[in-house]
Amino acid sequence: MTPVGSSRPVRLLILLMGLSMLAACARGPSSPVFHDSTDPETLAEWGVFTLQEGRLIPREGVVDYELNTPLFSDYAHKLRTVWMPSGTQARYSAEGSFEFPVGTLITKTFYYPLVAEGDPARVLRTSQAQGLESGGRLVLDQVRLIETRLLVRRASGWAASTYVWDEAQRTARLERTGTVRALRLVSETHGVEQVDFDYVVPDVNQCAGCHATDVKRGSLSPIGLKARHLNREHDLGEGKGRANQLEHWIRSGRLSGPEGRDLNPAALPRAAAWDDTQAPLEARARAYLDINCGHCHNRQGPADTSGLSLDASETSPVALGVCKSPIAAGRGTGDRRFGLVPGQPDESITVYRMASTDPGAMMPELGRALAHDEGVALIRRWIAEWPGAKGCDQLTSNSARHSASASRLSRSQG
Amino acid sequence: MIYVNKLFDRRLGLFVVLTWVLVGCSANEPAFDESFQRELQTRLLDAKPGEIIEIPSGRYSLNRSLSLRVSGVTIRGAGMNETVLSFKGQTVGAEGLLVNASDFTLENLAIEDTRGDAVKVNEGERITLRGLRVEWTGGPSTSNGAYGLYPVRTRQVLIEDCLVIGASDAGIYVGQSEDIVVRRNTARLNVAGIEIENSRRADVYDNIATENTGGVLVFNMPNLPQRGAGTRVFRNKIYGNNTANFGAKGTPVASIPAGSGVVINSNDQVEIFDNEFTDNATAHVIISSYFSTGYMTEKGVADIFDPYPEAIHVHGNRYSGGGDAPDGLDLKALKLAVFGLGGRFPPVLWDGYVDSKKTRGGKLPDDLAICVRDAGPVLNADGPGKYRNPRVSTAEYDCRLAPLPPVELSL
Repeated sequence: MTPVGSSRPVRLLILLMGLSMLAACARGPSSPVFHDSTDPETLAEWGVFTLQEGRLIPREGVVDYELNTPLFSDYAHKLRTVWMPSGTQARYSAEGSFEFPVGTLITKTFYYPLVAEGDPARVLRTSQAQGLESGGRLVLDQVRLIETRLLVRRASGWAASTYVWDEAQRTARLERTGTVRALRLVSETHGVEQVDFDYVVPDVNQCAGCHATDVKRGSLSPIGLKARHLNREHDLGEGKGRANQLEHWIRSGRLSGPEGRDLNPAALPRAAAWDDTQAPLEARARAYLDINCGHCHNRQGPADTSGLSLDASETSPVALGVCKSPIAAGRGTGDRRFGLVPGQPDESITVYRMASTDPGAMMPELGRALAHDEGVALIRRWIAEWPGAKGCDQLTSNSARHSASASRLSRSQG
Repeated sequence: MIYVNKLFDRRLGLFVVLTWVLVGCSANEPAFDESFQRELQTRLLDAKPGEIIEIPSGRYSLNRSLSLRVSGVTIRGAGMNETVLSFKGQTVGAEGLLVNASDFTLENLAIEDTRGDAVKVNEGERITLRGLRVEWTGGPSTSNGAYGLYPVRTRQVLIEDCLVIGASDAGIYVGQSEDIVVRRNTARLNVAGIEIENSRRADVYDNIATENTGGVLVFNMPNLPQRGAGTRVFRNKIYGNNTANFGAKGTPVASIPAGSGVVINSNDQVEIFDNEFTDNATAHVIISSYFSTGYMTEKGVADIFDPYPEAIHVHGNRYSGGGDAPDGLDLKALKLAVFGLGGRFPPVLWDGYVDSKKTRGGKLPDDLAICVRDAGPVLNADGPGKYRNPRVSTAEYDCRLAPLPPVELSL
């Protein structure tokens, strides 16, 4: 019997185990390795990256990619990679996630540009790709690595795990129960502003909180690896310059082409970039809601209980929240009555929950401690500029449709 | 400490149950207990079907939500006052414990002061919540978490012998589920004590609902795939539910007047019988339509939503006191107009909305009727006429509906 408070010999044992793991990590394989049943203790054992020349470098065959509109995660930057066993190919889908072969490794490394070298506690709030070189190489003295999340396609389906980087940025260790990193986020746009926050590394179940996009089946799937998110230009690395990512994947054989369709990227699905001021507001807002909310808020997702559906395929205004009363928002309503009130962002629950940082009220529920000011501003503008009639007229009976006045058998609400 | 027990389970056959006994740090330790949190969450991640995770007596402080995605797991404490999981300093997670699994049992422990919901079970079958205490220890406050015990999209649900205090929405809230038994619980100082919403076949009995804003709610909300029907509320003690509504505006329960015993909204086939109603200051039983919530909008409610409560059967209850101090200006004015300054509402109040497409000669067909007996006259508030023509009648409601069948669980 060993109580948790662990005795000295146990601690010593743990220390020794830790040292042996360090050794294992330093060795690591020299190319990606598919672990078909268990997650190794260190990221190095997956062989996806090498640490060389002061950089985190994807190994040969590991492809970095980016999305038109990414999920907001406390202003973290993300380096995304995918690797497939040689001779295999992913299968294209117009709407859903691509089908990847068993053995596929997808990683997402969360990092922040540093305010100053040698000061890992202060990280920069910036949209500039500082510290990132062509080919998905991260310059270690310019960035603070937080965690590398990994999705592996096993025979039984996708499995998620995350590896948290040590302060020396030498080793990333498996962290199954989640943890917290205290950071100071510094913005230098309007003078120097800074905010202290706890960056939260999710536990394994919380990975499923987003990646189990079908709550009944409960199985995991990638979220970003869809045609509409990948259909964009990207620096291919190795001096190959910029090209359309989707087209390049198809032409290089990584991805089966869309059947019976032109390979012209303009003919393939494409989500707007949320911050592309040239794109239509509607497209930007819907792309933002799709990637930030749609994994839960879709008609099969964990948030189907709410009747609110925000993925790209949704067409019903009510399902998008228009004049829809919440089902189980609790105090997440912020004293507002409807999900989305046309023309009135300050009356819309969606805006309140996006701007909140209270765990009992905020949306998304996980994955952020800070509000995404720019994202909130985008959704506010989308609602403010809603076409057609503003507001939500209340009905007191079916025969009284269009009646604006109302009396009700309920307590007065001001 | 690991016990290995052999148990026989009729579903899974003979198998080995691993009983992990978590040994926490010293009892009554108020500071955040990282090692306990890690160990418990690790147990939940590594749990195998059939496993029983025992948490011994003690007070444990957690700051992140817990989650379980493995079916067939039991989490058991040493008693609702002995094993306490406190989330007072919670910084992460919209609930205390989130479960996405079947054949789940949670019993004999307390969950306190979560920022959001205390226990949410989203999708699952054969769910048992037993002997739990859920409490927001600062008393009623809008900043409390929304739901205490919250199974949603579940089938075969048993909630028994629990105590839920202080939820800013509903203490016990079963949503979009099927075959539900809620019995022998006490719900106090919540906005809604017990709420059955968009659910099919629920039995709510032998509970105590007191000091809530509304004691027991049977609701249907629009824009959801499942419409609820078939709830029996019986043998409960529903008294003094007069706490001022502290729900956030915009929530369905924010429309509940303080002083409500049972509120039926837009739900069908509801049978309310053999309950003891005392001193609910607005009315002991309110039968109402979605029109009366104030949330009915043209754009925001799908056309297929049926907002009318039908086949409502209220009989054999015992009523005393109440109806003397209704909440809200509309209701105060209504009482004054119909019953005078010193008068009181009768035990049963109906907002008067009827689906005119279904009436024949101004009356609903017998099997959809609102039947109220043993309660004296019923007040029809004339909601559709903006309360201009309220009226009372006993005879209009003197009818019978076939008793609803009991819910049968096979857990």
